[in-house]
Amino acid sequence: MTLIIEAVVLGILTGSVYALMASGLTLIFGVMDIINIAQGILVILGAYLSYTLEKYLHIDIILGLLVTIPALFLLGMGIEWAFMRRIKRDRVMISILVTFAVALVIEGLLNFTFTANYVQLQAPYIDAAIPVFGFYLPYIYVFAFILSGVLLTLLYFLVYRTKFGFGLRASMQDRTAAALIGIDVERVQTITFGIGVALAAAGGMVFGATNPFNAASWGDLISRLLVIIVLGGMGSLRGALFASFAMLVISDVIDVVWSPIWASTVFFALLIVLLLFRPQGFFGRIEGRKQ
Amino acid sequence: MLVFSSVTISKLISTCAVVILLLATLAACSTQQNSNNVTQAGPIVIGASIANSGDFSADGKPTQQGYQLWADNINKQGGLLGRQVRLDLVNDNSTPEGVTTAYQKLINVDHVDLVVGPFADLTAVAAAKVAHRSGYALIEGSGTAVAVFQQGLDNIFSVSLSAKNYMVSFAEYILALPANMRPKTAAYSSQDDPFLVPQLDAARSLLENGGIKTVLNEKYPAETSDYTPFAQKVIASGADLVMLGTFTPDSIAYVKAFKQQHYNPKALIAASGPDQGDQFTKPIGGVKVAEGIFVPNGGWYAGINTFQNDQFQKDYIAKYGGTAADISSDTVQAYSVMQVLTQAANKIHSIDNAKLIQELRSDSFDTLQGPVKFTPDGQNSTAVAFLFQWQNGNLIPVYPQDHAQANPEFPKPPWQ
Repeated sequence: MTLIIEAVVLGILTGSVYALMASGLTLIFGVMDIINIAQGILVILGAYLSYTLEKYLHIDIILGLLVTIPALFLLGMGIEWAFMRRIKRDRVMISILVTFAVALVIEGLLNFTFTANYVQLQAPYIDAAIPVFGFYLPYIYVFAFILSGVLLTLLYFLVYRTKFGFGLRASMQDRTAAALIGIDVERVQTITFGIGVALAAAGGMVFGATNPFNAASWGDLISRLLVIIVLGGMGSLRGALFASFAMLVISDVIDVVWSPIWASTVFFALLIVLLLFRPQGFFGRIEGRKQ
Repeated sequence: MLVFSSVTISKLISTCAVVILLLATLAACSTQQNSNNVTQAGPIVIGASIANSGDFSADGKPTQQGYQLWADNINKQGGLLGRQVRLDLVNDNSTPEGVTTAYQKLINVDHVDLVVGPFADLTAVAAAKVAHRSGYALIEGSGTAVAVFQQGLDNIFSVSLSAKNYMVSFAEYILALPANMRPKTAAYSSQDDPFLVPQLDAARSLLENGGIKTVLNEKYPAETSDYTPFAQKVIASGADLVMLGTFTPDSIAYVKAFKQQHYNPKALIAASGPDQGDQFTKPIGGVKVAEGIFVPNGGWYAGINTFQNDQFQKDYIAKYGGTAADISSDTVQAYSVMQVLTQAANKIHSIDNAKLIQELRSDSFDTLQGPVKFTPDGQNSTAVAFLFQWQNGNLIPVYPQDHAQANPEFPKPPWQ
């Protein structure tokens, strides 16, 4: 029983981090019709930035977010300006190819800079743990949960309680109509892409603190993130949150009560069944944007 | 209409015949391309694919270093059979598909004289299949899984210890312990990988026959990055002895989880990871945390008295820096591949692939990893596994006795 409780607790805590990373991905898709395959490598880039700050400047990895989040925000806006803005038609398909190319370039640069050796972020609270429910709960998971909660709340207020958020949501619903009522859609898109990528910095810090990583680690990560946004509903922030918890808790519980080999199979079987009855995912829109 | 049809059919038959003749000519030409001999001018070109990106990218660079170091050395000594050597290395992205494409390019487009293996088991099989179609020998160092030798390929030659034998020394050591000290229960957790699973299966079979009860035997998918739930199950099993089928990232994750949960088995061995020096010790929190952890060794360690090892270590440090302890087993395996290739070519005075295959099947060779003698399916029948353990900040051989630098530490000390 302790094992199941531990799996549920860790599933929820880890799920919050995946929710953070997937929120960036789904936000970008919702506003721009772009599937950012590079989100996985940007998470790894965020982890490497934290690693660099911690190793060479001895800046605590959580404090380092004050540097890495703005840095990736600027990088995200740069990528949008340099590549995404140029995609005028078949945005979904072409964006997959373009962002995949961006990911490969970043992976190559990271391999060149940091070599392919595995590294992991270090901080006193990464290895420390507190006893709860008969097992030891690592502090880093608790901190990650709090961090994700704060950032996702801020994101919620940004999207639903600000003028920028109004423009963002209008762009999500209908870009042409949004432009007609005076919203600078291009600016909204650039900032949205920046926000989406900035969230990868926080996700990367937590990923790097809880997993050894190298540049190639993005492959497994992006496949998980894509599953989360499909399950939650493409473009839905609520969906990303809900699907992250669902995926991690279901997988972790099946891991411990049955077998890790079956965890993915059972999860994907459930995903297929759900998509048969709700092709739009938990919270996705039934109709696509008509433009 | 009938005449028209007859003419068309006869034209078709003629065309087919011409095409068949052309194909036969091309096939003959391609076969002749393999009939290299020492009288040809120009450098000998040796092709290989390297995992510069993807899952095995951490192993790609050291593999490349091994090949390159040998090429530099042999060229300084006047070359292979009097001809300079040039390496043609292609990125394979760590996938069997990438390897297949790479070796097709090397053989059919670049027309390399010889090919040697990529990194990993599945990719070695993919490379050997392509090489087999063109009559090339494939000597390789890292494809050692049981499945590699069950493909019916007569052109693959693995210079390293077969995977299924890696953990045998550890099992023998445990069973040699006095009955009152011997662990009673064992947990096995392995990534579902053709290199790792046979290692644990072979050891488990020995330990079960020796009376050690299996309380957990589990595999997890290779394509995962969150190992916490798997570590939880091992911890919950409470086993005295833990055997892990891991590579570097999961070995780190397990050790961190065990330490966090204050779970300290009497003996802990990981198939791979603890042998990666500071790549392993830094993430887990330093060498003190590694104290007492075992890892199998495929047949080489710094300072071992094997063929050309002294010179190899000096050359490596001169070219790449660091110390002998920093040398990756991937580099050693790649260099050993080239040592076997050199000896085989020198013995037959040729780089003809058919003759090389014949020579490799019948003769024995010396390498950094010890002597090599191939079985008909391509395994190295003479390789022996060593058992290493982290002790006082160093990874040292502790078993078998004739290679041991210290007695094994048992039971494992508490986490520090």
